[in-house]
Amino acid sequence: MAKKIALLQGNEACAQGALYAGCNFFGGYPITPSTEVAEVMAGELPKIGGKFIQMEDEIGAMASIIGASLAGSKTLTASSGPGISLKQELIGYACIAEVPCVIINVMRGGPSTGMPTGPGQSDVMQARWGTHGDHAAIALCPASCQEIFTETVRAFNLAEKYRMPVQVLYDEIVGHMRERIVFPEPGELEVIDRTAPSVPPEKYKPFDTSFGDVPPLAAYGSDYRFHVTGLNKAEDGFPTTKAELVDAEERRQIRKVECPEARADIESNEEYLIDDAEVVVLAYGSTSRSARYAVNELREQGIKAGMFRPITLWPFPEQRVAQIGEQVKAIVVPEMNLGQMIFEVERVVKNSCKLAGVHRVDGDPLTPSQIIDQVKEVL
Amino acid sequence: MAERYELRFSGAGGQGLITAGIILAEAASIIEGRHAVQSQSYGPEARGGASKSEVIIGDEPIDYPKATVVDACLAMTQEAADKYAVGIKDGGVLLVDSDFVKNPPQGNYKVYSLPIMRTAKVDVGREIVANVIALGAMIALTDVVKRESGEQAVLAKVPEAFKDLNKKAYSLGFDKMKEVLAG
Repeated sequence: MAKKIALLQGNEACAQGALYAGCNFFGGYPITPSTEVAEVMAGELPKIGGKFIQMEDEIGAMASIIGASLAGSKTLTASSGPGISLKQELIGYACIAEVPCVIINVMRGGPSTGMPTGPGQSDVMQARWGTHGDHAAIALCPASCQEIFTETVRAFNLAEKYRMPVQVLYDEIVGHMRERIVFPEPGELEVIDRTAPSVPPEKYKPFDTSFGDVPPLAAYGSDYRFHVTGLNKAEDGFPTTKAELVDAEERRQIRKVECPEARADIESNEEYLIDDAEVVVLAYGSTSRSARYAVNELREQGIKAGMFRPITLWPFPEQRVAQIGEQVKAIVVPEMNLGQMIFEVERVVKNSCKLAGVHRVDGDPLTPSQIIDQVKEVL
Repeated sequence: MAERYELRFSGAGGQGLITAGIILAEAASIIEGRHAVQSQSYGPEARGGASKSEVIIGDEPIDYPKATVVDACLAMTQEAADKYAVGIKDGGVLLVDSDFVKNPPQGNYKVYSLPIMRTAKVDVGREIVANVIALGAMIALTDVVKRESGEQAVLAKVPEAFKDLNKKAYSLGFDKMKEVLAG
């Protein structure tokens, strides 16, 4: 049988990806340019016995997906910069309490209310450091409607596997544009569920590290009873101030994402014409589509250009970017912000090659010609 | 470079031009199996204000999703014509509603005019189908997809009770444009 195809908006593809991954709870508060995610979930979740709730505000929405996840659901919320700012307190809570959930950020400009109908990429550092305190972060950044579908599925998988909040960042351009989606068949994409406890309820500890850096998670409402807090806690979930326990917990929560095995599992990049490249455009999200157009045109003009596109923004693909820095004369980083990811690239490549940014924050997309001009200038 | 054909539908918010763009993208990418990206921009107002919808069609995947140089542009209002005809490439085409665009902008492109809104009102009896008339006319003007693909996409989009109405609107737009082209 032929696969189902449809012309979908990025936001609609996101909701369909969430449903494919088994999402059965959405808690949100509408905001442009993310609202269509909530719209589709509101229509679809009741049909499969799931729950949709529009909360009183953004932090309430974040609280609802944490609570529903602890009760065993796969949970989603969707917002944009201003709403994501309001969620930060509880994103930190989900980090320390190790609660799987997926947060969609359809980026517009900012700070504050900014320009609701224009695109932006200015929440890249917020996705890494928006909530206070040392913590690991996973953020994925798709660039097409099909990829929004598959990356949303992957976001759920990573949230469940690493027991933590995962953010999917894309901007208004891909959120609102429409492209053909080929729906994967059930079973075609991997769908991961959290590890359930293998011990009986009386032996269960919610942060039992004898099972590894990601302890199994029981569901509220089952026979398992446990305590959840935003305080540093011991294995049994109750607060502790014991230095060695706090230190071990903090380090474990970073290690579970940043150890080499986890990085290899989480990192995902696309490389285009890099092998013989003298200059590489490092671009993510919709800007990478301008970059690909620019690279093709530069190649026609005889300039050996390539593109590196991190699909996983966090953790940042340090090793590969450092290698590319050794290989090329220059790296150009186009962003719809005034310079965020470029500092991460600078940290990693050090002085091994020239580095230049291309920035745009006027609500219009970064064009291929802006990138072409900067590439020529830096060479 | 991969070949791409860029169309822009512009007018007032609420005239259904985003829908027209979506239907064209469906005709190209779902029915004809080619590649298409549809996008739009509009002001915060739900109705009124200048609105535009862009469709890029190609045989290869589309990278940059917005228009670079527009091959064909539709303008249903003077405001939209003034704002969005900029960017039509040399040798491109502009179609305007003859009753609402009294001063079509001039450039190195051909300007065609049709009484789109009037046709909707008088010949079909429903102003709401003006976007489908415009779509038929734009397909006739550009041959960017087959006549049948456009019609099939229109009919897939509308409820059963409105299929005949929209079929008529699409054909009227297509035929009237072909008449203009035949001189």
